[in-house]
Amino acid sequence: MKKELTISAIKDGTVIDHIPSNATFKVADILDLKSIKSMVSVATNLPSKHIGKKGIVKIAGKYLTQEEVNKIAIVAPDATVNIIENYGVKKKLKVSIPNQISRVIKCSNPNCITNVEKIETRFSVLSKNPFKIRCYYCERDMNKEDIEIV
Amino acid sequence: MNLKNQDIISINDLSKEDLLHILKVAKSMEKPNPNLLKNKSMATLFFEPSTRTRLSFIYAMESLGGEVLGFDNASSSSAKKGESLWDTAKIVEKYCDVMVIRHPGEGAARLAAEASGKPVINAGDGANQHPTQTLLDLYTIQKVKGTLNNLSIGMVGDLKYGRTVHSLTAAMSHFNPTFYFIAPQALQMPQTYLDELKEKGIKFVTESNLQKVSNKLDILYVTRIQKERFPDPVEYEKYKGYYKLDTKLLENVKKDLKIMHPLPRVDEMDKSLDNTPYAVYFEQAANGIPVRRALLALVLGKTK
Repeated sequence: MKKELTISAIKDGTVIDHIPSNATFKVADILDLKSIKSMVSVATNLPSKHIGKKGIVKIAGKYLTQEEVNKIAIVAPDATVNIIENYGVKKKLKVSIPNQISRVIKCSNPNCITNVEKIETRFSVLSKNPFKIRCYYCERDMNKEDIEIV
Repeated sequence: MNLKNQDIISINDLSKEDLLHILKVAKSMEKPNPNLLKNKSMATLFFEPSTRTRLSFIYAMESLGGEVLGFDNASSSSAKKGESLWDTAKIVEKYCDVMVIRHPGEGAARLAAEASGKPVINAGDGANQHPTQTLLDLYTIQKVKGTLNNLSIGMVGDLKYGRTVHSLTAAMSHFNPTFYFIAPQALQMPQTYLDELKEKGIKFVTESNLQKVSNKLDILYVTRIQKERFPDPVEYEKYKGYYKLDTKLLENVKKDLKIMHPLPRVDEMDKSLDNTPYAVYFEQAANGIPVRRALLALVLGKTK
């Protein structure tokens, strides 16, 4: 039987692979894919030899920058990001945790002003491994287990 | 350094040099020029009750010839009508040269500072920061001990929720202290602060029995078990009245021990201590005046 791709290849754009299945739609949210006008394919629960089940996101006609890629590091630290040109891989980007994180994470402190007023959250990364961040506003520290995506 | 137009939001934003400079200016503000801040106005945005902090800011400003406007509880502000803090700060900045804010939301002063083009001084944001309290604590220690360096500092009471002890620990860490954290296990200094001290190589001891370490202390900083900070009232009932300090404490202490307290007190410190040479907490509260004068004059660029 002819093997078919679950989602078709793109000519130009960005492919994010090896996203943990439970983070696929979070990646879509973080990158705000719903506002992109070109073709976007999102697939999840695909079989993966390495991580059991994985998600893939393909964005046609848009080349993600390193800064944009780093935003998904919190939910998909082992994702692979390929920049595609004319059906070929032009560049591979490595996901790395940025020094500052804004918007993506909710502050775990219920008394933090970011949970009272409608403002974007901001954190500085104190340590990448073990993951530890500090809220710019309330100055509380959070570990990986405290993290909730906005 | 120049603190003109700077916000004073968190003790962690201030370097050792900043701290020492502010204390130096505070000393010169014990007898200030009464016209130093003439034609300047300070707005007080107090969304939460306060006696000492608010009154001492008002007195500090007026004693330098400045004017004061503002409100002292959220129900008399537009916050009651649902106005955001951002909008309040944007509007108030048009009426004043400096803004002093107290708010229950942690990080509120930082947010107000982002909204306002005028300098903002944090007068307490929930359980987070109260930098002017910490500065007056430092000023008091320097005044009564003659130095900030190499002191043994005991802190007793609620070290888990108490913001004053967290900020004082951070600020004193610049001056090679030895800390004695005295609290029941459930109210001990949070691990994250202890880890930071370890990283910086600062000596500390955690202990629940004050008597065991009282003879080692140069400063004893007493705090109230704060009902309003406890998420669980049952937990509060368990610990209120845990420490009741009285003159018995003094049998085994250094002659020049000084006892501090950010006030208000409830029953953790008996009145019998008040007239002993050890007690400096009323002097400490009064030290808020020169310290706040110094901050106002510095951020308004009227002194360097």
